Amino acid sequence: MIIAVASGKGGTGKTTVAVNMAICLNEPVQLLDCDVEEPNCRIFLKPDIRRRERIVLPHPVVIEDLCTSCGECSRACQFNAIVSLKTRPMVFPSLCHGCGGCIKVCPQNALAEGVREIGTIETGIARQVEFVQGCLDVGQTLSPPLIREVKRRAARKGITIVDCPPGTSCPVMAAVKGSDYAVLVAESTPFGLHDLKLAVETVRRLGLRFGVVINRMVSTDRCVVKYCRSEHIPILLEIPEHRAAAVAYSRGQLLVEAVPEFRGLFERLCCRIISEARGKEEGPAVTTRGKIVGTA
Amino acid sequence: MKEIVVISGKGGTGKTSITASFAALAGSAVIADCDVDASDLHLVLSPRIRKREEFRSGREAVIRTDDCIGCGACRDDCRFHAVRVVHHGSFRNFAIDSLSCEGCGVCVRGCPVQAIDFPERVCGEWFVSESRFGPMVHAQLAIGAENSGKLVSTVRKQARKLAEEFNRPWLIVDGPPGIACPVIASITGASLALIVIEPTMSGVHDMERVLALTGHFGIPAMICVNKWELNPQITGQIESSAQSSGASLAGRIHYDRAVTNAQTDGLTVVEYGGQAAEDIRLIWRNVEDRALSLGATAAMQV
Amino acid sequence: MKITISSQGKTLDSAVDPRFGRAAQFILYDTEAGSYEVISNTQNSAQGAGIKAAETISQAGAQVLITGHCGPNAFNTLKAAGIAVVVGADGCTVGQAIERYRSGRLTASGSPDVAGHWQ
Repeated sequence: MIIAVASGKGGTGKTTVAVNMAICLNEPVQLLDCDVEEPNCRIFLKPDIRRRERIVLPHPVVIEDLCTSCGECSRACQFNAIVSLKTRPMVFPSLCHGCGGCIKVCPQNALAEGVREIGTIETGIARQVEFVQGCLDVGQTLSPPLIREVKRRAARKGITIVDCPPGTSCPVMAAVKGSDYAVLVAESTPFGLHDLKLAVETVRRLGLRFGVVINRMVSTDRCVVKYCRSEHIPILLEIPEHRAAAVAYSRGQLLVEAVPEFRGLFERLCCRIISEARGKEEGPAVTTRGKIVGTA
Repeated sequence: MKEIVVISGKGGTGKTSITASFAALAGSAVIADCDVDASDLHLVLSPRIRKREEFRSGREAVIRTDDCIGCGACRDDCRFHAVRVVHHGSFRNFAIDSLSCEGCGVCVRGCPVQAIDFPERVCGEWFVSESRFGPMVHAQLAIGAENSGKLVSTVRKQARKLAEEFNRPWLIVDGPPGIACPVIASITGASLALIVIEPTMSGVHDMERVLALTGHFGIPAMICVNKWELNPQITGQIESSAQSSGASLAGRIHYDRAVTNAQTDGLTVVEYGGQAAEDIRLIWRNVEDRALSLGATAAMQV
Repeated sequence: MKITISSQGKTLDSAVDPRFGRAAQFILYDTEAGSYEVISNTQNSAQGAGIKAAETISQAGAQVLITGHCGPNAFNTLKAAGIAVVVGADGCTVGQAIERYRSGRLTASGSPDVAGHWQ
């Protein structure tokens, strides 16, 4: 079962929810950090990294002896990554999306596929959590290919939690796509509500089942609660605003360990999500601290 | 004209709240909301839209169902898993998932019966509006759109035009989070970047990446730490790290519920009042002093 | 000789557009004929606008480009196309820029003068 943790904007508590859920699920669970521009899960899980892979993206390479400078490649490219002038074509690898179009159209078969490095995937273990993190190299512009590579490492069995990038643009699509359930984390403020609506539109367009976790909940601001109720969106958990929680986050501590009262909340969250997501597939029982909460 | 861009590395640090207050304090400004993926500034500045424009970027493939013969060549060619099979009883045809379509055109060229159209993609909208602090340019990127920075560039270009037209000495820009193209598009040629950081472990790391970016583009940078008392030790660490990278300190903001209360009331923090409001006033004075002491803005456009 | 100038308008009195890649149009001035044509730069590019613009003017037969600023991708494309790049022309009209180039007050550059927008 793949559970995506997303939000309409950054800083709502996605990483907090993802890592604390992973720790509370008392059995083999996998966490994929797909926020490849700013991966933060490692700060809280402190994994022991076992494997480090450099990820590459393809781009065309001109075989000069065969090229006749006809310009077909340049006309085919939608991204200005290959341009044909009076001499041989020039390639701009950082603009290449790796679609293979130019290679296909070349009448002389004068284009081959080369690769360039765009980022790193690190795999490791943090207690019972299998940890996978994607990190985009500074200066690289395309994150979806790296996100797709991280997702390819999702386990076929058990629970996989995906920490998604913030926002609703195409990197988020790549991270959320194919999940069984989406957990949208929102702050209970006017900004938070506005951005939650964008996130809701996103998951609805993807046809995903989803629920909302309201973070830093203040009793006087019920705007998000009212919205969820009117839209019949399940509110999975309301995490109260708690200064100790903010301090723990700033120190890189797991919330459920720094502020023990939160452990119960997160265990309830896990139960709730598993039961909401159930019905798609049958699998082995899922437990938190010995209690069966559903099936994977 | 001085252009101040407020950026943050990570989202949710308080960038937009600070930008809104700057708009109130600058006196005579044009405001640009370049956080086009999740634009929130309008919630506090309540702009009245005067003009709206479609934003087009790239293309997308669209299969004409009636002409599709169901051969599946498009699915075989697509590297982005954007082609879905649609079953109709005993036969099948194909459709493109526009949220996954990269707009590369490979399937369009490969279709044996030319059943795939390739129109320009409408990726969002941008607006020219009037706010209580001055003209405002803002935008909203469509769901799933590529956030290339082109919409950010469009918003900034319009905002600069308005600043010249209305002779405004300040252009206040709410920047996007992160360090990729949208941020680059928001800072190139700006007078000064203010980086807003929270005192967390991830904040230290994020700020280093953002300073590397402002350094690379030669944009003078100042930093301010928001909710600083949550971790005074990390606050100190962030400030010394920033200074050794050549950034100057604009100030510190206390953690204050008033920031959220102001939002709920549709007010900027400085209109609402309180400790954070006073901290932001001081930060603005430091930003203003620094900006005015710098040379003329580079003529470089986006 | 065919000189291209990035332009904010469609005549020789128009202001030079300081940008190259995202300029609205180019004025292609033929020094032998003493006439000019307007080349549109409407493009849909999310990225690589400078590259696309370079291709456009190259196909139109430009030999010299005069503009405000030029980034590395555009510069390298223009260089490969054999087009001389002249920067620093912002702040005057297209006609004035042509004169300054012809009188030697503006000269070709050996390198881009601004960092690219994407590394």
